[in-house]
Amino acid sequence: MAGVYEAQNITKAFGGLVAVDDVSFEIPEGSIVSIIGPNGAGKTTFFNILTGLYKPTSGRLIFDGRDITRKRPDQITALGVARTFQNIRLFGTMTATENVMVGQHARMKAGLFGSIIRPPWVNKEEDAVAEKAHELLDYVGLHRRLHDLISVELSYGDQRRIEVARALASNPKLLLLDEPTAGMNPNESERFREFMQMVRGDRGLTILLIEHDMKVVMGVSERITVLDHGEKVAEGEPQEVRENPRVIEAYLGKQAA
Amino acid sequence: MNALRNVRRWWSAFTQRFYENPNLRYVATALVLGLVAIVPFFYDPASGFIDASTTALAYVVMALGLNIVVGFAGLLDLGYVAFYALGALTMGWLGSAFAYGAGNGKGIHIGVSSAISHIPGIHANFLIVLVAAAIVCAVAGMLIGLPTLRLRGDYIAIVTLAFGEIVYRFALNGDQIKFGNQALTNGSQGITPVDKLDLPFLAPFQSLNLRPWYWTALAMAMLTLLVNARLRESRLGRAWIAIREDEVAAASMGVPLVKTKLMAYATGAAFGGMAGAFLGSYLNTVNADQFQFAFSIFVLSMVILGGLGSIWGVALGAVVLTFVNRYLIPNVLNDKAQSWFNFDLTQLSFSIFGFLLVIMMLIRPEGLLPERRRKMELTEGVGVGETELIEVRA
Repeated sequence: MAGVYEAQNITKAFGGLVAVDDVSFEIPEGSIVSIIGPNGAGKTTFFNILTGLYKPTSGRLIFDGRDITRKRPDQITALGVARTFQNIRLFGTMTATENVMVGQHARMKAGLFGSIIRPPWVNKEEDAVAEKAHELLDYVGLHRRLHDLISVELSYGDQRRIEVARALASNPKLLLLDEPTAGMNPNESERFREFMQMVRGDRGLTILLIEHDMKVVMGVSERITVLDHGEKVAEGEPQEVRENPRVIEAYLGKQAA
Repeated sequence: MNALRNVRRWWSAFTQRFYENPNLRYVATALVLGLVAIVPFFYDPASGFIDASTTALAYVVMALGLNIVVGFAGLLDLGYVAFYALGALTMGWLGSAFAYGAGNGKGIHIGVSSAISHIPGIHANFLIVLVAAAIVCAVAGMLIGLPTLRLRGDYIAIVTLAFGEIVYRFALNGDQIKFGNQALTNGSQGITPVDKLDLPFLAPFQSLNLRPWYWTALAMAMLTLLVNARLRESRLGRAWIAIREDEVAAASMGVPLVKTKLMAYATGAAFGGMAGAFLGSYLNTVNADQFQFAFSIFVLSMVILGGLGSIWGVALGAVVLTFVNRYLIPNVLNDKAQSWFNFDLTQLSFSIFGFLLVIMMLIRPEGLLPERRRKMELTEGVGVGETELIEVRA
């Protein structure tokens, strides 16, 4: 399997603090892979580099055979990388449907004058985008009667669903999920795990996951990369990683190892 | 406090019906538009009321332009007067004898009636001036947008404030800035007279019959309302609101921040410019004293009073503040102030606006006619605590 996304020797320094140190990493196409590590290991920083929110101090990013190291976040999204956030970042005053419509921004064409004059093709595009938004919200399991409510009024679990629908709206090849099961109970986590596998099957996606919940990670991932203090300390299949002494050390401290 | 609470309750109950019932909303809209269209027939063609209403409608255009920048995209612009200035100056340059050297002293005339075709200077038809003003301001809007792109919140306000001040200073001292014999502006002397509006198929407008001016301003305001409404429910409008809500998330969803913000600045500025061009001709002078910082605050107050991001609210806010400025302060409040304290209250107009805003923030922070989404956010979010607070205070 070819790597759909490759990060080569990525380093990110904030002033004197090296948050990510020379990490190389590859996501095979069609797989579900995870990045784990203790708090402050640089997981989210690495994630932000992969989506273009941070520019790496050094190193290269290759997506789909293209160098995207210097691309802006919206360009990276347009190329086919979508993400969710650790602490939900929906557009609070918009309805669930509108949130998902924004997710399709990169796939739409209407500009300033098109929006004002509204030729038939713009109306058609608007209808199609709204229709797709409803379909995606159905797909993630948000009840129809909640589609047109303001997103901040919905429950935490529903907001998580909308975030996933919004990310899927840009037709990504690669979906990055930043701690999607944070705040979920074991039952919900288990259902989300099934959901991820379903999404991959239905849409031919590749999924990269950052996760704290070991049960979810071990159950769903085909490969796991472990970060600690910004460095990659281990990589491999769940079973290997679980037994790796450096991983146990990173999580539990030296004594336990 | 009791009286305020009752007013607040009455207004909430009154407006709530329109939010809930779309049919009622359409009927009310048609009724308001119909009434507004026939208002001039009830007043003398040169009356002060039509004068104030015409100004109010021009301010509606401006406030709706600023609403795109501040209300939709959430970019706090404190230098909006710059676009009024540039629009009015475009009218002055392209529609008066100010550029007296143009065309070797004979003047340049494009699409204007024979009445002014012998006057020197550049005289272009108002429609051409309107387009020119929109373009000049859109470009200027993008120019002020550029340095603010990396900034957020308050810092944007500071940069835009400075830009407004720069344009004002240029307008004020423009009589000293010369290209050959041609000055840039006429400073606080003002460029005057300015060509009257001269629209195709209509007789040239006159200063003693204000009705055609009123209807032109009304048409411009309606057009601006329509454009605002369409933009809000479009790809671009959603992108603006997304940026207002969360820039990082918006960028991650594929919204190009630079392009989308510059569009907001340009579109908002274009409306300011068109209103400016109209007012230049209507007031018959383009005078640097019109372009002071206070005017930016005046327009911003309209947007806040009406409800940030709410199209009808902002239009209402513009009308209300214009009339407060034209009638309530000089005629009603000032009479009492004069007779009781021998004191000119009009000097304090801006303190009164400030006071009004404080009252608004206390009793109805979401504005007179809030945007539906924001209204929910504010009332649902703080609803319970708020009533308790007021109970305790009262």
